[in-house]
Amino acid sequence: MSQGTAQESNGIVAKVVALKKTYFLDHVAVPALKEVNLEISKGSFVSITGASGSGKTTFMNILGCLDKPTEGQYLLEGTDVSSLSPDRLAGIRNERIGFIFQNFNLLARTSAMENVELPLVYSGVSRHERQEKSLGLLEMMGLKGFEQHFPQQLSGGQQQRVAIARALVNDPGIILADEPTGNLDSRTSYEIMAILKRLNEDMGVTIILVTHEHDIAEYAQRIITFKDGLVVSDTVKETP
Amino acid sequence: MNFPEAIKVSTRALYKNKMRSVLTGLGVIIGIAAVVALVSIGQGVSKKIENQISSLGSNLLMVLPGSTSMGGIHGGFGSVITLMPSDANAIASQVPDALYVSAGVRWIGQTVYQNQNWATTIMGVGSSFPMIRDWPIAEGNFFDKEDVDAAANVCAIGQVVQEQLFGGIDPIGKIIKIKNLPFRVVAVMAPKGTAGFGQDQDDTILAPYTTIQKKILGIDYLNFIFVKAISSSSVDAAQNEIEALLRQRHNIKTGSDDDFTIRNVADMLSAIMNITSLLTIFLGSIASISLIVGGIGIMNIMLVSVTERTREIGIRMAVGAKRKDILLQFLLEAVTLSTIGGIIGIILGSVLSLTAASFIKIPISINVLPVAIAFFFSFAVGVFFGLYPATKASKLNPIEALRYE
Repeated sequence: MSQGTAQESNGIVAKVVALKKTYFLDHVAVPALKEVNLEISKGSFVSITGASGSGKTTFMNILGCLDKPTEGQYLLEGTDVSSLSPDRLAGIRNERIGFIFQNFNLLARTSAMENVELPLVYSGVSRHERQEKSLGLLEMMGLKGFEQHFPQQLSGGQQQRVAIARALVNDPGIILADEPTGNLDSRTSYEIMAILKRLNEDMGVTIILVTHEHDIAEYAQRIITFKDGLVVSDTVKETP
Repeated sequence: MNFPEAIKVSTRALYKNKMRSVLTGLGVIIGIAAVVALVSIGQGVSKKIENQISSLGSNLLMVLPGSTSMGGIHGGFGSVITLMPSDANAIASQVPDALYVSAGVRWIGQTVYQNQNWATTIMGVGSSFPMIRDWPIAEGNFFDKEDVDAAANVCAIGQVVQEQLFGGIDPIGKIIKIKNLPFRVVAVMAPKGTAGFGQDQDDTILAPYTTIQKKILGIDYLNFIFVKAISSSSVDAAQNEIEALLRQRHNIKTGSDDDFTIRNVADMLSAIMNITSLLTIFLGSIASISLIVGGIGIMNIMLVSVTERTREIGIRMAVGAKRKDILLQFLLEAVTLSTIGGIIGIILGSVLSLTAASFIKIPISINVLPVAIAFFFSFAVGVFFGLYPATKASKLNPIEALRYE
């Protein structure tokens, strides 16, 4: 699904080199990421786990271009994005990254369809094209007939499926899912994970999942574990 | 995000909070309505005053006896004896810029026609008085120079006097009594309305000044001399010439005060127009304070709105809204609120001023310029008071905004 570019070497979609992030609280340096080196290949399904305070959320924010590293490089699809301006980062988030959040983060009192269309509004896609695309994605998510429903009229699972449709609408290079099942019961959680797995396997979407639940992390082919701002384990499952 | 899309997002946000939007807009509505109403009422009042003063006559100079201040003591006009009929004649013959000159005396007293009586102002004037005052004659013929020279018992009456003494009867040729002296009515003056000083000009009787001087008042001096200059550009020249002439005639030494006063209607008009336009500006400024208060209301609500919608801003930023997109969205909300409020305010203010105009009888026209300025101001209020909240929204950190509960 992601568009290949000339710089995209060896099918690596995201690469971080000597990535460091330090927060300053009252002039005291608090290291969140000490030194992280990782490569994530295109079309992979990666879980990032770790206890709270391990640095996984900080890493996720940097991968999602919501935050900038203090030191080091982050190459997204071959482009160094570690020192771009907030507006350039917004453009990259808009076109190359899809977000799925724990609390869904849909706009309230805005229809499911308009929520899905939102990224396209900011990339200047015409109304007609936006509607066509969002209708198709909602149908794919099994939400045909719910296009005009507001988020508060939908169940948690349905809301998360709207969010997945929104994440897919700009054909992103990677989808970042931050605890996507954290607010769902276990049955719905499995449904959502099944959808993500299918997207990865059938459509080749690169998915990076942040979770602290083991059984959820197990859906991925590769599990990266963070502890105290460092990667402590990086295991790739044997492909069955 | 393109502009129409941004407008849609902003208007929808306002629509979702109907009550809040209406109340916030009310501040601007009241402010703009107050500005429009007070400014147009102010303009109407000054227009009315202007009309009244111009009704005295164009290019008019009034020579009054006594100085505005003689040796520090203010003498009442007409209370001193310095103007003589010979002064009027001298002005007529020696001032080249004077077109018409009329001597004048004034008496207030009872007039009688058969069993009707009416107390009014009797003005003794010259035959050129209607020309000087731009006062047409409705009926009959105004008395001429021979009548003045002969001190004939003739008079012209104003509309009010005609109504009070004659009712529906044709007054021409009828005899009225002033201080028991019979006067033949030769003319009825056209309606003139109120002069700038509240006196009704139609409530008057005009007679030759010689007749009033000799037969009614028993005096030989004048209460005033009216002079009409040849043109508006010669008014000042005429004034200077009259002053020089009268100083010479009255033997006033250089450095001494005049013993007469020359009033220039144009000068009075511009002085009063200065005051009324200041008044209009003053009223407008007071009204603008309420507009500023309305603007602060918008700013306040926009700040609340930005805080309330922090999460929404975070979501928009996460999916790719740039700072200017967020800025535009919130700025447009404020501007939409203030301009819609402004339009309603303009309508309300216009209705208010037209209603007020019909009550206090002033000429009011809703001009394009004040309306355009009011509209521009409501727009500017939106931009000015919306900019800070919108900037605040656009500078939110997306990570913190997304986490906001």
